[in-house]
Amino acid sequence: MEAIILQFLNGLDKGSAYALIALGLTLIFGTLGVVNFAHGALFMIGAFCAVTLQKILSLSKVTIDPTKTDFLGNPAKVKTPYVQEWFGPDVGAFIIDWSVPLALILAVPVMIAVGVAMERGLIKHFYKRPHADQILVTFGLAIVLQELIKYFFGANPIQTPMPEAFKGSFDFGAAVGIDPNVIIYPYWRLIYFAFAMVVIGAVFAFLQFTTFGMVVRAGMADRETVGILGIDIDKRFTMMFGLAAAVAGLAGVMYGPINAPNYHMGMDFLVLSFVVVVVGGMGSLPGAVLAGFLLGVLESFASMEAVLNTLPGLNQIIIYLVAIIVLLTRPRGLLGRKGVMED
Amino acid sequence: MTKLNLTRRGLIKTGAVAGAGLAAPQLLLADGHAGFTNAPTGSTVTLGFNVPQTGPYADEGADELRAYELAVEHLNGGGDGGMMNTFSSKALQGNGILGKKVEYVTGDTQTKSDAARASARSMIEKDGAVMITGGSSSGVAVAVQALCQEAGVIFMAGLTHSNDTTGKDKKANGFRHFFNSYMSGAALAPILAANYGTDRKAYHLTADYNWGYTTEEAVRTSTEAMGWETVAAVKTPLTQTDFSSYIAPVLQSGADTLVLNHYGGNMVNSLTSAVQFGLRDKQVNGKDFQIIVPLYSRLMAKGAGANVKGIFGSTNWHWSLQDEGSKAFVKSFGTKYGFPPSQAAHTCYVQALLYADAVERAGSFNPCAVGAALEGFEFDGMGNGPTLYRAEDHQCFKDVLVVKGKENPESEFDLLEIVEVTPAAQVTYDPAIFGGDLGTCNPGA
Repeated sequence: MEAIILQFLNGLDKGSAYALIALGLTLIFGTLGVVNFAHGALFMIGAFCAVTLQKILSLSKVTIDPTKTDFLGNPAKVKTPYVQEWFGPDVGAFIIDWSVPLALILAVPVMIAVGVAMERGLIKHFYKRPHADQILVTFGLAIVLQELIKYFFGANPIQTPMPEAFKGSFDFGAAVGIDPNVIIYPYWRLIYFAFAMVVIGAVFAFLQFTTFGMVVRAGMADRETVGILGIDIDKRFTMMFGLAAAVAGLAGVMYGPINAPNYHMGMDFLVLSFVVVVVGGMGSLPGAVLAGFLLGVLESFASMEAVLNTLPGLNQIIIYLVAIIVLLTRPRGLLGRKGVMED
Repeated sequence: MTKLNLTRRGLIKTGAVAGAGLAAPQLLLADGHAGFTNAPTGSTVTLGFNVPQTGPYADEGADELRAYELAVEHLNGGGDGGMMNTFSSKALQGNGILGKKVEYVTGDTQTKSDAARASARSMIEKDGAVMITGGSSSGVAVAVQALCQEAGVIFMAGLTHSNDTTGKDKKANGFRHFFNSYMSGAALAPILAANYGTDRKAYHLTADYNWGYTTEEAVRTSTEAMGWETVAAVKTPLTQTDFSSYIAPVLQSGADTLVLNHYGGNMVNSLTSAVQFGLRDKQVNGKDFQIIVPLYSRLMAKGAGANVKGIFGSTNWHWSLQDEGSKAFVKSFGTKYGFPPSQAAHTCYVQALLYADAVERAGSFNPCAVGAALEGFEFDGMGNGPTLYRAEDHQCFKDVLVVKGKENPESEFDLLEIVEVTPAAQVTYDPAIFGGDLGTCNPGA
């Protein structure tokens, strides 16, 4: 029982990342009709916003300490971060410690700018082209972006630790009076799940309860009619691309402490997120979120030792197996809309 | 639709051209030979450095390449000579190899066996490389070693830790300076017993490929021999990035020790997950929970950050060693590049020098003569104490370092501390235990 609860928790945080990326993918597909294979790269760029801010906050004043030597036996260089110089050692250390949450503030404008630039600079030229062309060009863009990140940051993962206050894990067993040390879960992963729920809720509220969102939804349903009414729907769709990029970026920032960011992390999530979108139903935002969590939880259950002992490797294929079953029984996906990708 | 007009004359012409094209690589192989592949005839000799320049181990590959460039500089008489000054053999004079200036070409293994074989083949057939060296993966090492055996050139392996490289997959043309999984297990076990006792329950997470298997087997054999029990051993896919679903069940298994048979990005991510799940803060079976990483590298430790503190592992070499060879190498490398070399850089630099020295002692670039000069060769001054290149399996036997993640690093490079230098005798084994057959050396041509 404890194992099932643990893997369920695991699935929720894994599903959070799938859901956030799939949500952005669906937003872009639903508004612009573009299959964006560069969306994983946006997730990766978000994580590197946290890396960049951490590096900026760690920029240091270098002084020579004649009492110490470096690895070559020369007088050692001592680095003191400028933020500690300016704000004092304690406040400076606190700012550096909180670099990941602070990176959320940096990531929103950066990701919107990256998203808008990507859409205006490249993707808009492929709106009327077949989906295969869109996939090729966005996949190529993803490779360019990841190679750029590798060029500037190297190939190895770079640690972006969570604030000291959130290190450690919550002992569910001890909290409810059963065996301690059996159902434990890291605080940061619980925060990631809560964060994902807030972002998903905010996106849905934005689309549901604002005039802007209403126009976008109308455009998703019938683009031509909205255009005839004199509304510049293209401009709003471009902004939705920026919003989708921001969602992916924020997911990446918060994911950094879970797995150290590296240039390839976007690709690791991209294919799975596409499967999530397809299972949820192309163009369906609730479907993307539902499928994200469902597949995350199923993948975790398939990783249980008892399951792996019976069916080795099941955790590697479970998502694809589920996708096959869903598509065979419900070709439009779980919550897919009629007419989407059916022409 | 295009119509294909195939005539007898056309077919013969096409066949002749295609035949000439297919024969070209063989002609290149045979060009200027003196009974072996790519015998150097001019005033230069070309070495092939096959390292991961892209892919997950690109940083290690970059460090390997830096070491090779430094070795070439020293071989040609440039720089301060580095380890050539401390090497027990004095055959190298700083005038190239056998008086020929050393030049080099590079290939990108991408840490993929097929890509590594293709780049090695290209360097042999197109660039005339007389020796191939490098790599940062056992899968790649085994694949390229087999290719070099077929092509008739020497392969001086880079960073490869699987027992198989000089075990069941050993080849007469292949030589490894780096240590292996068996040695890691043999060196670690006594330290683990001394620090954690002989009554432990271990849970293994193992990378699902060649190196992972041999490392798990080596650590299990060594720890079980001293009384530890292995409660579970779970294979993890090489492509796994989030290890939470593998880490979560560890405490429920009753294990009090987690062994991460992972390398590179796998190790960084699995260790990070284990620390996040608070395993190291727990007490199980009345003991503090412990994590072990059998193969450490400084570059990996850098990636894992503070998570490595206090965790035991083994390594082939570390820049903080105070023997004359290590100091000379760190000085040369550090002065040229501004940071200390990694263990990957060290083994590659040493392999380049050992090859050159063997050629000088043999008086020939013929791979069979070079192989004979390396077999049974005993040397010192290269950073690991007295070392033997064992003739039976072409494996170097030398001291092994047991290290621990440093609690209070004094610099960004000061991540590991050496807790024990395990003597070579303690990690030496019977070459027959891993099977395989060296075969006979192939001079090619």
